[in-house]
Amino acid sequence: MELNRPPRVRRLSSADSVTARPPRSEAPTVVNGHGPATTNGAGATSSFVGARRPARASVPTIDRMQVEQVSIAYGSKLAVKSVSLPIRQGEVLALIGPSGCGKTTLLRSLNRLTELTRTASLTGQITLDGTDITTLEPTALRRRVTMVFQQPNPFPMSVFENVAYVLRDQAKRRPRRESLRPQVETALARAGLLEEVADNLDHPALRLSGGQQQRLCIARALAAQPEVLLLDEPCSALDPRSTSVIEDLIVKLREQVAVVIVTHNLQQAHRIADNVGFMYLGELVEYASSTTLFGSPRQQRTKDYVSGAFG
Amino acid sequence: MTEATLGASSGPTPPASPPGARRSAAGSSSTWSLIDRLGLAFAWFLGLLFCAITAAIVIFLAVQGIRYLRPYMLWTNPKVSDTQAGSGGFLDPMLGTLIVSTIAIAIAGPVGVGVAVWLSEYSRPTGLARAVESTIEMLAGAPTVALALFGVLLFESPVLGFLSTTSHGVVYGYSFFAAGAILSLVALPYVVASAREGLQAIPNHVREASYAVGKTKIATIRRVLLPAARPSVITGNMLGVGHVIGDTAIILLLLGDTQTFQGVGHVPLLGILRGTGSTLTSYVFDNAPTGAYNQPNKAYAAAFVLLLIVLGLNLVVDVFGRRSKDLRWS
Repeated sequence: MELNRPPRVRRLSSADSVTARPPRSEAPTVVNGHGPATTNGAGATSSFVGARRPARASVPTIDRMQVEQVSIAYGSKLAVKSVSLPIRQGEVLALIGPSGCGKTTLLRSLNRLTELTRTASLTGQITLDGTDITTLEPTALRRRVTMVFQQPNPFPMSVFENVAYVLRDQAKRRPRRESLRPQVETALARAGLLEEVADNLDHPALRLSGGQQQRLCIARALAAQPEVLLLDEPCSALDPRSTSVIEDLIVKLREQVAVVIVTHNLQQAHRIADNVGFMYLGELVEYASSTTLFGSPRQQRTKDYVSGAFG
Repeated sequence: MTEATLGASSGPTPPASPPGARRSAAGSSSTWSLIDRLGLAFAWFLGLLFCAITAAIVIFLAVQGIRYLRPYMLWTNPKVSDTQAGSGGFLDPMLGTLIVSTIAIAIAGPVGVGVAVWLSEYSRPTGLARAVESTIEMLAGAPTVALALFGVLLFESPVLGFLSTTSHGVVYGYSFFAAGAILSLVALPYVVASAREGLQAIPNHVREASYAVGKTKIATIRRVLLPAARPSVITGNMLGVGHVIGDTAIILLLLGDTQTFQGVGHVPLLGILRGTGSTLTSYVFDNAPTGAYNQPNKAYAAAFVLLLIVLGLNLVVDVFGRRSKDLRWS
């Protein structure tokens, strides 16, 4: 199995209503390089001992979200300190950093899941396609920015119903399953699960294997037709084989949705991410292209972290 | 003791078992201090004693029940008679048990699940949640005869009197409605506790997964949480029914002890529900050697049927409990 060779990606077919813009460089801690990953320079001095990143076709990018000067506090404890980042379709953005550095909190703030925590407060601005997300209905926002969690958590119903639940309005039982079948199958196919479950869509979702469950969760998240897909350590509970399948999937998905992934696994970030943000103690220490961040990081702390000096 | 066993106990330990392996509690206790060994022996004794007592009750009731239970008793009504043979069966008491438990669970089920959902998913303000919690605990601990007495006051009052009024306009305070309503208070704590436990066993990330695809809290509760907690809800209802079926004090004070249905008015079912009757428990109470009708054979037979129903319910609870552990998140 080729763990570190994501499949070739296709060109982005349509650019929706959003105009494709050239990559900008405005994130505050951004070091020079960003944007689509390029071939790993042969002469790049690597401080990171891991799988080398294979050459990958670049995909045109579209700005989806902009995080500007965002700070998030739980009570009086600051979990995220003044972070700014762009999130683009056509790229995989990985957030790395040691435990408790605020990367999951930052991720959850992108679809306002942090608001479920009573003590959480947020300052700064997050925009989705130019609209401040606080002006959107949380339910509408969360359909446009969906999330997959660390533990596979399919709902206790059939594979079909798991996806159909997302397609239906709130708690409604309609539309009926016949009319939803094409959409459900499309979502399952996008998550690369359809082939395995096609013959029995009524199979209880909780009886699937862990990797299949997680792909079902991705199918569920994709069924809402989101613009941004958030993944919170989606592979940490999975075996290497399932992890590899999901990593391939993530790389494929980046041309259709903006993908943000939080991961503890540096090799994983190296394998799949185009851009990487390194967070430490709530700060975004460095945001750069994967090649730069792993190959020649600007900040000493990043260098120490990716070379394994701490974490 | 045979030579083989002696040889095994004195010989060297077989090579297969690692040095730390202990086959049984008794084997491991050989190195314990005397007081610990005595404690272990005492625990064993109490455990076995408990099993013996339970077995004695079940066997006694089974023997007596099988001796006196005749099929005709299941479809004939009680008759007042001096002889055991002439006193009929206990059809109406059985139907009475069915009616009160249906009424009780029809009230306690939805209310209990509602309370459990509120306690588990909302529980704000915190003070109110704590008050509700302790109310439910108090209800679980309250003697049922006290609940019954309260029920008598309630259903004799002019407002609720219509539920137990005879055709002559006399308010009794006795009726299936009254008994069922107060019995729902007996079932309620079991429904709440079990449903709440089921809801709280659902990991938080499952709720968040539903919110994260744009679902509201109420949609999540209806489509994800309650279906996931269904085995616990069913278990709670079954436990509640079990306690309702077994209750006697409320039946005696609120249903009266007319052995057969004494309906009120001419509407078929409503008449029975507004009237008095009996259940298996009050039938056993009346026919016990110390009771008013004194037909002990019938009491044994009815008690056996009662026991079978409750044991059957426990079996259902067991099966559902096991199934609920079957499909879980990691």
